Amino acid sequence: MKDSMLENLRKDGQVQLAVGLLIGVGFGFLLQKGGVTRYDVIVGQLLLTDFTVFKVMASAVITGMIGVHLLRSLGLVKLHPKPGSFGSSALGGLIFGVGFGLLGYCSGTIAGAVGQGSIDALVGGVGGGLLGAGIFAELYPRLEEKVLKRGDFGDSTFPEILGVNSWLVVIPAVLVLLLLLLWIEEMGL
Amino acid sequence: MIEYLSMKEWSPYLVGAGIGVLNILAFLLSDKPIGCSTAYSRTSGMIEKLFRGSKVLDKAYYRKFEPVVDWEVMLVAGIVIGAFLSASLSGEFRVETVPALWADQFGPDPFLRLTAAFAGGVLVGLGARWAGGCTSGHGISGTTQLAASSWLAVVCFFIGGVATAMILFGAGG
Repeated sequence: MKDSMLENLRKDGQVQLAVGLLIGVGFGFLLQKGGVTRYDVIVGQLLLTDFTVFKVMASAVITGMIGVHLLRSLGLVKLHPKPGSFGSSALGGLIFGVGFGLLGYCSGTIAGAVGQGSIDALVGGVGGGLLGAGIFAELYPRLEEKVLKRGDFGDSTFPEILGVNSWLVVIPAVLVLLLLLLWIEEMGL
Repeated sequence: MIEYLSMKEWSPYLVGAGIGVLNILAFLLSDKPIGCSTAYSRTSGMIEKLFRGSKVLDKAYYRKFEPVVDWEVMLVAGIVIGAFLSASLSGEFRVETVPALWADQFGPDPFLRLTAAFAGGVLVGLGARWAGGCTSGHGISGTTQLAASSWLAVVCFFIGGVATAMILFGAGG
């Protein structure tokens, strides 16, 4: 019965838009409180002088990884891993990275920076980001076969690739991230 | 409570854990991970449709990601509102065009900053769709799911980002 309640909630379009908005409000609030909507903090991370971005991301991944895999083990959620390839994930990732370094915000933190009054995020991030996404839609038919499918490895997850129970990867991954956080604190970064 | 909400800064660990919980909620309530970059793609399509009409919908990419207001577009709109609330409560809301770190290196000229930011923004919008996700969709949600594509993408985000920042700020060399 609980399952059908969740299913009904997930199917209700209007409710889903409200859920998206509310999760976004929470996300934006947290990003701003964490300082990671500030150019100086993000670029400080890229210059490896300020590890706030890493701390936020690693804590989010640790918490989410445990929670999502727990709910999955209970049969309450399904994973939605994205498909990938070297042409898409690696090349696109590098293009994104260069933009990230130049702009100093990423897609989500652009929105957060706009909310705190950053004009460079509004003009450069929203304006440039929309144009860049439009350029991609235009290039997509030409890129699809020639580039995006190069070195395709599908939507596999590490537990699938290794052929093991998810928890055998989740637990070591969480431990490694925790150790990295401890090390960063030890270093005073 | 209000004192806590009006604090200028929270611990990055608390913030991260909170984002992790929101991601879990997104999976549970909406059967999807948190992500931000398809919102740009859909919005870009909606804007193009205003100018060029419905033939825009024939583009292969917009048949895959229809240019409509969906969950993720609402999420990104919510981020603006949430960040505005947080910044207003702590008195941190300020209209700023040139961030301090940029001004130290390149001077206070707003035109230079906006030009560089716009060029960066184009690459962010292009690269996020090229890679099929951004720092949220790959960097947080995808790595959470232990997806191979996302771990590869996030490593490349930071290789590109660190290299660009180091070159711009002449660090490390």
